[in-house]
Amino acid sequence: MRTRNLLIGLFLVSLLFAGVVSYYASSSPDGLEKVSQDHGIAANAKNHDLDGSPLAGYGVSGVGNARLSGGLAGVIGVAVVFLAASSLVLVTRRRKSNQATDETVSSSAPRP
Amino acid sequence: MHAPDGFIDAPVSIAAGVVAAGGLALCLRGARRELDDRTAPLAGLVAVYVFAVQMLNFPVAGGTSGHLLGGTLAAVLVGPYTGALCVAVVLLVQGLLFADGGLTALGVNITDMSLATVLVGFPLALLLVRALPRAKGWLPVAAGIAAGISVPAASLVFVGFYALGGTTDVSLTTVAAAMVGVHVLIGIGEGLITAMTVAAILSARPDLVYLNRFRKREAAAVPAAPMVQEV
Repeated sequence: MRTRNLLIGLFLVSLLFAGVVSYYASSSPDGLEKVSQDHGIAANAKNHDLDGSPLAGYGVSGVGNARLSGGLAGVIGVAVVFLAASSLVLVTRRRKSNQATDETVSSSAPRP
Repeated sequence: MHAPDGFIDAPVSIAAGVVAAGGLALCLRGARRELDDRTAPLAGLVAVYVFAVQMLNFPVAGGTSGHLLGGTLAAVLVGPYTGALCVAVVLLVQGLLFADGGLTALGVNITDMSLATVLVGFPLALLLVRALPRAKGWLPVAAGIAAGISVPAASLVFVGFYALGGTTDVSLTTVAAAMVGVHVLIGIGEGLITAMTVAAILSARPDLVYLNRFRKREAAAVPAAPMVQEV
């Protein structure tokens, strides 16, 4: 399989999971939530500083339909994570290639 | 396992923030070596995939759910340093955009869900892939077992933070037993998801699976140069 097709496939699967399948995910408390509720740790939980923000709790504020709201939030999340992670990769690689160039220039036997 | 604000006191939260920042700085250095023409294109999408699958809480016993943490999966696919960065990006977006995981708890959350899962999961996967038979089919098994064990390990790291700076007065053995107990179950899900994902990518493009570079070669295989040597 060509790399490009694999990457596109991975992206589409992620969109499907975050945008559609997530609606069917279990809404029970997760491991830490459950343990903290059962043993009284949750009493000290504070509200999130960004609780009023437009995407808080994986929903788009103002969108009434739960399926649409959650799905849209998932798709936005996929896009934001993709941009953030790809930028980080690009920046990290650019620093690497700058370094490589410096070393090539300073060494007497440059490699291609 | 996203801790909200208030579970861990300020001094320990700050200390965890320092640990997380230091760990991620190390990962940035390490990722420079790891990110070659094979891992770099995949890395962004591994982060995306981890984010998407983390939304899919699956039920475990007794009205409790769990979700993928993804550190071992990411490390197996793109390398441990890059993998930890991928999960950290996911945790940052979750905390800042979706109000999932407290902002003061970011250090705790990055340390246990990104750094700890990779630190436990990747060496274990490496060990297993060398100990298990050479056939390619064993690599997803190694990744799955390592990923499964990394989940209760991460929950123990959280318990460690709770021991140092928990704001409630609950017996430590109670918290540890409850946390490890439920996360062993969640770890089974983590292991299955990790094994299935790794198997799918391995069958399509074995060269894109970072851990595959460390698998013992099958008898007639080419004596490939496993690591890109960059000084």
